[in-house]
Amino acid sequence: MIHQYKLNGYNIVLDVYSGSVHVVDELAYDVIGMYEEHTPEEITAAMLEKYADNPEVTPQEVADCLESVEALKASGKLFAPDVYENRAFDFKNRSTVVKALCLHVAHTCNLNCEYCFAAQGKFHGDSGLMSFETGRRALDFLVEHSGTRRNLEVDFFGGEPLMNFEVCKQLVAYARSIEKEKGKNFRFTLTTNGVGINDDVIDFANRECVNVVLSLDGRKEVHDRLRKYVSGRGSYDDIVPKFQKLVKARGGKGYYMRGTFTHYNPDFTNDLFHMADDLGFTELSMEPVVCAPGDPYALTEEDLPTLFEQYEILAKDMIRREKEGKPITFYHYILDLKHGPCIYKRISGCGSGTEYMAVTPWGDLYPCHQFVGDERYKLGDIWNGVQNTELQSEFKLCNVYARPDCADCWARLYCSGGCAANALHATGSIRGVYDYGCRVFRKRIECAVMVKAAEALDPELRARAAKPAAAQDCEDCSGCENG
Amino acid sequence: MKHIETLETRDMAESVNNGGCGECQTSCQSACKTSGIANQPCEKA
Repeated sequence: MIHQYKLNGYNIVLDVYSGSVHVVDELAYDVIGMYEEHTPEEITAAMLEKYADNPEVTPQEVADCLESVEALKASGKLFAPDVYENRAFDFKNRSTVVKALCLHVAHTCNLNCEYCFAAQGKFHGDSGLMSFETGRRALDFLVEHSGTRRNLEVDFFGGEPLMNFEVCKQLVAYARSIEKEKGKNFRFTLTTNGVGINDDVIDFANRECVNVVLSLDGRKEVHDRLRKYVSGRGSYDDIVPKFQKLVKARGGKGYYMRGTFTHYNPDFTNDLFHMADDLGFTELSMEPVVCAPGDPYALTEEDLPTLFEQYEILAKDMIRREKEGKPITFYHYILDLKHGPCIYKRISGCGSGTEYMAVTPWGDLYPCHQFVGDERYKLGDIWNGVQNTELQSEFKLCNVYARPDCADCWARLYCSGGCAANALHATGSIRGVYDYGCRVFRKRIECAVMVKAAEALDPELRARAAKPAAAQDCEDCSGCENG
Repeated sequence: MKHIETLETRDMAESVNNGGCGECQTSCQSACKTSGIANQPCEKA
């Protein structure tokens, strides 16, 4: 299976099952499009007719092009067959270890965001804070079920985790105290709305957390429309200076400004550019809202053309910024073509319910944070482990080949079948597909691959990549030997 | 005339044999919390 598209002057051909990416000229684009359904003679005749006004398209040139296509096919880089489905990877019986926990240290929140999937932090249940004892047991559970894996990830999540900050600090101290003895390396992350950030939090986050996820939707009027206090007052003015102070103090450690866009701001690149140009943030993530279709801020079918255009605007703008030596990162455009995930990861997906679980303040285990509060999806608890093994097996088998709707999709090995929680909410089954999300995802992949093509082939970007970093920083200065 | 530029990519079919170590992070430890596998780096490649 292949996927062909044109974007920003690039003709791109993705080969689904080999993972190859080809950038081709107009002739090759057309030849490849006809290749599987037509004879070489038919293709040659069609090309000579289509390009009759182009003196460069000769019978010999078409023959050369056909030869190139055939060589790529023979080497397994074009029209590669699906050799994975019938290998019958035994996903149900494969050995998995727990790699990461989402610790719900607080089922309460100091904001009242309208679109919150966690129902203002309470996950449609009681409010509550995780005790240190429960958190400590969760970390022990992670160590016990992580096999020989050294790196263990723990996200402080909620609700708003900083409403239980003392326990977060105690849990990190406990983890550090057992790391050496257990042969583990805990990597903590923090997801926060920013209201509770102070100097103590900044010091903690920058010392202990490999990544912080900071919730900001962009422009003040956009952010304040949905992310507000119970009183109705927006939170933008309170949190932006705190985020700026935290990021400045991080000294290059990982962070993401994580926004949500809705029907109210389908022009979301303006929010990303506001964060980059007006606020100075460079690591950006912006997600489409996930909510009930009837909600007033729900994205609609009519929004899709705007969203697609926005993703293209963003991709082109990122290339421009890269050329100017002032790049920004957009989470969904991070693609490492050379060192990306292996086929096992691409088929098996995000690991929810097997490698990744959420822990409630009371120690219950769920497949991920988006299932918390739905009793049907309770896996067990941190004292007795996973007891609902039938449910866990369902998640183990919930891979891209388990979804019939994905069979003809060119992006299936980029998304691994999509998010089980989104599928459940959209279709009632974790093996369904959230079609709206699929369409947005495919557009993002097209844009991300185009950016990679530009980085590989654009002479300006190639020259910049070849320069030593020091020389890139001082192009306009001749004050030293770097200039 | 060169008609096709092939970018350097990880050979997916080959990763049947050199993948599957399981050292990669789970997807949710990154940035989104609501929606990707492709942008997960392989820690061994």
